[in-house]
Parts: sequence; C-alpha cells; structure tokens
Amino acid sequence: MALTLGETAEKVPVPPVAGGRRRRPPGAVVSDHLRSRWQLWLMLAPAIALTVVFAYVPMYGLQLAFREFDFAQGLTGGDWVGLAYFRQFFASPLFWDLLRNTVAISLTTLVVGFVAPIALALVVNQVVGRRRKRFLQTATYLPHFISIVVVVGMLQVFLNPATGVLPRSLGLLGVEGGNLLGSTSAFVPVYVISEVWQHCGWNSIIYLAALASVDPQLYEAARVDGASRAQTVRHIDLPALVPTMIVLLILNMGGVLNAGFEKVFLLQNPLNLPVSEVISTYAYKIGILSSQFSYATAIGLFNTLINFVFLVVTNQVAKRVSNTSLW
Amino acid sequence: MTTTSPPRPPRRLRPAATTTRRPRVRHPRTPGELAFSVLLGLVCALVLFATLYPIWFVLIASVSSPAAVNTGQVWVLPAELSLFGYEQILSDGRIWTGYRNTILYTVVGTALNLVVTLPAAYALSRREFAPRRPLMFFFAFTMFFSGGLIPQYLLYKDLGLLDNWLVFVIPSALNVYNLIIARAFFEHSLPEELFEAATLDGVSYLQFFLRIALPLSKAIVSVIGLYYLVQHWNDFFTGLIFVRDYDKQPLQIVLRDILLSNQAFAGGAGGAGGTGGAYGQQYADQIKYGVIIVSTLPVLLVYPFIQKYFEKGVMIGSVKG
Repeated sequence: MALTLGETAEKVPVPPVAGGRRRRPPGAVVSDHLRSRWQLWLMLAPAIALTVVFAYVPMYGLQLAFREFDFAQGLTGGDWVGLAYFRQFFASPLFWDLLRNTVAISLTTLVVGFVAPIALALVVNQVVGRRRKRFLQTATYLPHFISIVVVVGMLQVFLNPATGVLPRSLGLLGVEGGNLLGSTSAFVPVYVISEVWQHCGWNSIIYLAALASVDPQLYEAARVDGASRAQTVRHIDLPALVPTMIVLLILNMGGVLNAGFEKVFLLQNPLNLPVSEVISTYAYKIGILSSQFSYATAIGLFNTLINFVFLVVTNQVAKRVSNTSLW
Repeated sequence: MTTTSPPRPPRRLRPAATTTRRPRVRHPRTPGELAFSVLLGLVCALVLFATLYPIWFVLIASVSSPAAVNTGQVWVLPAELSLFGYEQILSDGRIWTGYRNTILYTVVGTALNLVVTLPAAYALSRREFAPRRPLMFFFAFTMFFSGGLIPQYLLYKDLGLLDNWLVFVIPSALNVYNLIIARAFFEHSLPEELFEAATLDGVSYLQFFLRIALPLSKAIVSVIGLYYLVQHWNDFFTGLIFVRDYDKQPLQIVLRDILLSNQAFAGGAGGAGGTGGAYGQQYADQIKYGVIIVSTLPVLLVYPFIQKYFEKGVMIGSVKG
C-alpha cells in the first residue's frame, strides 16, 4: 500500500491545541504530530488496544500450530514441532471428507447466496407503487434479524418427520418427504435454503441502491426504442449491478471455506454427520471438547489460509479483468 | 484513489434511497408486457409467502392446542385457542434467567461498543490525521485474517475471561464493519466548514466530537447502535465456547437447550446441559412454538419501526470514501 501521508498532513492548518509554532525541523515531526493530534490518538486508543489484544495477540498465538502445547508454559512455550500437526491433518482419514463437506456447503451457499439477492433486487425494482415496494422490502429483510438458534429450531419443528408442517403438506400431495433433517442428501439443500430465506432480502439492499442510482433517461430512451420491460431489466438493470457484484463476489470468496459454524453445528445430528462435519466444527470438537490445542490450531490455520489465499487471488483477478479492487 | 477499507462497492455506487421517486416509464400494453406483469406479481406473491408464512405459522401454532396443530387443523388461522405453551414458559426459570442475562449483556455491551467505536471512527475520519490509512489497514486486516478459535480460547483463559460475563462484552467491543460505516458517515456527512469554524474558536478535537459532531450524528449512532444490539441479542457462539456456568448463559443458549436438545437425535455435543426432557413429549412442540415467539418478539415488535435505520446503515457503508 502506497502511503503519501507526509505532505498532506503538512498542508492542513494545525488546530490551536498544537501550541502555535508553524515551521519545524524534520526531527521533531513525531513529537509535533503527537502534540497536535494527541486527542485523536486518545480517541483511538481503546479501539487499538482491543484490536491488538483480541485480534493480533491470537494471530501471534498461531505459532501454537507449529509447537507442542505445554500446559505449564502456555501459548508460546512448547517445543517446536514444525509441520507435524499439518501432516497429521492431511494424513487423517477424515481430511478429504471434511474438505469435501466444507467446500460443498460453502460453495453452494456462495453461488446460490450470490445469485438470489440479485434476482430479488431486480424483481423488487420492477414493482410499481412505493408502498407495495416498501412492504415487500420490509418483509424480506425481517428474517435477517432472527437468531440462528431460532431458525434452526423452526427448521426442526417444520421438518419433523412425524409432526412437521412440510412432511405433512407433502403427504397431502402424495409425496413421501422422509426425514429431511437426518438425511445425508437433504442436508446441503436444507442448509442453503434456510440461508437464502434468512439473508437474501437483506443482501439485496445494496443492489437496490445501485438500481436506484441508474439514470432514468436510460429507461426513457429504451422505451422510445421499443424495448420491453423484460429487455430493460436485461440490458439496463443487470449491467448496472455488475460493479457491485464483483466487489461482493471478492468478499464472498474470502469466506470460501467458512461454512457458517453456528448453523452447521446446530443442524448436526448423528444421521447427517457424514455430510455435515466441516473443518470448523471438527476443529471445535478436537480443540475445545478434547483439548488437543496444537492440532486444532493447525486445522484452524489451514482453513484461514485457504480463505485468505482465495480472497487475494480473486481480488487480483478482478483487478486485472475489471479494474475493481478492495484495496 | 485507492482505499484501505475493504467492504465498499466501487465508485459508481452512490448512496440513494431505494424508494427514490422517479418518473415511471410507461410501456405499451402488449400481451408480452401483460405476461411480464402477471409473472412479476406471481413471483412477488411467492417471495412474500415463503418469507412470512413460516413466521406466521409459528405464531398461530403457538396459540393453538397441540392436538389441533398435530392433526393438521392449523394452516391459516389458530384453532382451539390454547396458551399451554406460554403457561409452561412463564413458569420456567431458565428462560427468564436467559432473558435477564441477555438484556444485561446487550445493554452494557452496546454502550461499550458505542464508546469505543464512535470516537475511533471520528478520529479516522479526520483527513489531516496522517496515520489514518495505515490504521485503517490495521483494523480492516482483522476482518480477513484471524488467529482462530484455539489461540483465542487460550488467550481468554489467561485473561480470566472464561466463565466471566465480561466475555460477552469486552472482546466484541469493536466491530470493524461498524467502524468503517461510522467513519464514512463522519467523513461525508459533517461539513468541513463546521470544523474549520470551530478550530478558529479554539475548540479541540475532543470538544468538537462531543459537542458538535455527536449531536449532529444521531442517525449513525442509532444505526450502528442497532447493529450492535442485534449482534448481542443473537450471540450464541460466545456462550457456547467460553461459558460453562449455566447461570451466566444468555437467552440463545437456553433456547438451544429447549428448542434443540429435546430432539429425538440431539446434536450430542455441547457442554451446558439443559433439562430438555422435563416437559411431556407430546407438548414439546407447543412449547417450542411459544419459545420462538417469546424470544423473537422484541425483535419482531420493534423491527417495523426501526427497519429504515438498518437500511440506512447499508447505504452509508456503501459510500466510496
């Protein structure tokens, strides 16, 4: 990241708290800066301290993945073991299952969860009448604020094979629904549909904002040229969303291995475990429940690194292809 | 200009209300257009139904008799009114302990969030503050890279945060996304002339922030305040990982025990054990419907009135700085 901060800072008038002097020798830059800006540093101090302690110290603690955890010596005191725990993970019979499950869940969520809000925004944008539009928006944002525990609880009562609404409705139509919560083939669809139900409306806001800023003259011109409404959606609305799509896609790629821990964990049961055990839930069980701290740290680090690489690579590709970048 | 803060859409995206009125372009009433309108109406109806029916069903099922729900008499309106579920919930101590804890964590947590986030966001919005770009990177980096669960757990253990109610409040005191939104607001919505005039009168940064910037920024305070509020209210992870003492558990953990551990095949894992089996099995679903409503009611009641603020947050966050 290029930093061109020195010059800009000099030009800005220094507030009176600075003490009044104008020209300073280069050596005194830091102390002058502190004298004039100490209040800003004071305002930032709690945020910086919290970030250092709760974000950067754990990053420093990642070296645990390369050490033997020693209860007596704490986070950074154990013997160096190099990549032993990574080898153990890659050689584990569970490794490929975990990777496959994680990729299946997060990639499906990524694709469906990326397309659905775009489609919804295009639909909502076509609705005529301010109030109807408002109502549709308000209704679709609502599930975003329901907690994951409650959503999973709702899934469990709705999909209960004996008493649930969905199996019963399917039964009326003559379809045998079966136990959707305990099935290995239904787990990913159930997970993804509930994700879309919860967040599709909320995620469409940003696209609706982009659509609201389209120049109205474009629509007028299209109509004069005899374009149908469907054609204006295809040739005006959709292209207008592309820049937003790219940015959100990059951000989503940074979570390619982040199958949402909480929801997956809550949906797990012995019947669907072959497809619902993902890297993060496995790391939780290994680390927190069976106290294999070094091994679980290595697994977590593997997950974080893959995500980070995907984020950086997608960002680079987007930069080349469309001149869009996060930084 | 390149920026340090990631989650912002590109230049072309300008904040604008989604409901901005603009002259409607009228298309001729051809059969094709008619089909388009009909299809649009159908899609909207389907979306509305899929979104709202699950919530509506829980609501009507919670006030109907278990027998009526189980025999399929409850579809559109409640049948055989019964408050059995609610009576059970009201007489159960766990829910109220959970409620009390969650309210405490939410109120204290949100207050701390605002005290930490707003001044920091204001400082980062000052253009003459030279280190603001590296500092933004310092904050934003943590959105994409983290130490992960175990180093975090061991750190909390060393700090004495395990089984301590402060764990619900302190580690989550700063949310970087909210910091970015607040910074964008201060940078774009406060006129620079105001600051220049105030500095001429000898007002310091702190005085300006407290006496001028904050009173003019009620919109952003309510937006990020609400974001934090919902975040605390729905927090399940913290209780699951870092707290064993049941008296300190928030509502979401209690909900998990009532809603989920009573299942024929409960997930098995998870420390804080509830007494899920205490209720008669045949009425279990009834209690669950009631619990869902009781725990979600505050959000459902307040939501329609504050919805526009949430939306505003997304808009502010999308400003290119």
